[in-house]
Amino acid sequence: MAENSSEIRYLNPPAIDVKKEKYCRFKKNRIKYIDFKDPDFLLQFVNEQGKLLPRRITGTSLKYQRKVAQAVKRARHLGLMPYVADLMK
Amino acid sequence: MSNHYETVFVVTPVLSAEQAKETVDKFKQMLKDAKAKIHNEEHWGLKKLAYPIQKKSTGFYQLFQYEVEGDFIAKLELAFKRDERIMRFLTVKLDKHAVAYAEKRIERLKSTAKAAK
Repeated sequence: MAENSSEIRYLNPPAIDVKKEKYCRFKKNRIKYIDFKDPDFLLQFVNEQGKLLPRRITGTSLKYQRKVAQAVKRARHLGLMPYVADLMK
Repeated sequence: MSNHYETVFVVTPVLSAEQAKETVDKFKQMLKDAKAKIHNEEHWGLKKLAYPIQKKSTGFYQLFQYEVEGDFIAKLELAFKRDERIMRFLTVKLDKHAVAYAEKRIERLKSTAKAAK
């Protein structure tokens, strides 16, 4: 029984089931404070329309996602980042 | 008990250079009168805004990072609200991580300033 289950030979192993381990970049490189004054760092957490990216995409932990959200909102208030944008990246 | 604060405000670009400077000095004088210890002061100059504020698309950005008694902040914010040359202002209380970050930022500024000289 076991032999024919391994009958299927793939030319190259399917990459779909190789899960890229998501990690929180703030925990990994010990960033403790997210500055609302430099928008180019915050742009990585915002999609093309200027909306905040969800945690399941960026993989950040809850504690730092809240800090990112607060920093982005402060940057928007000061005019450093747009509330609504199109293809801004 | 004095806390660490950081204020960023945007001055309307309609003013001439020295009028903008004069508004910045007015708030700096207010801080000095309240015996605040100014740690860092940055002037980002004329920057493009991400969206028009009061029909204007650029503004003079100014940053103050200081240490002051807590009750002074209400007076400062009132002054910001009253002054029509200020388009936007934001005062933030700094926790210990933020203060550590601010110190690193001051050293970085000093080193770049020294390197530039």
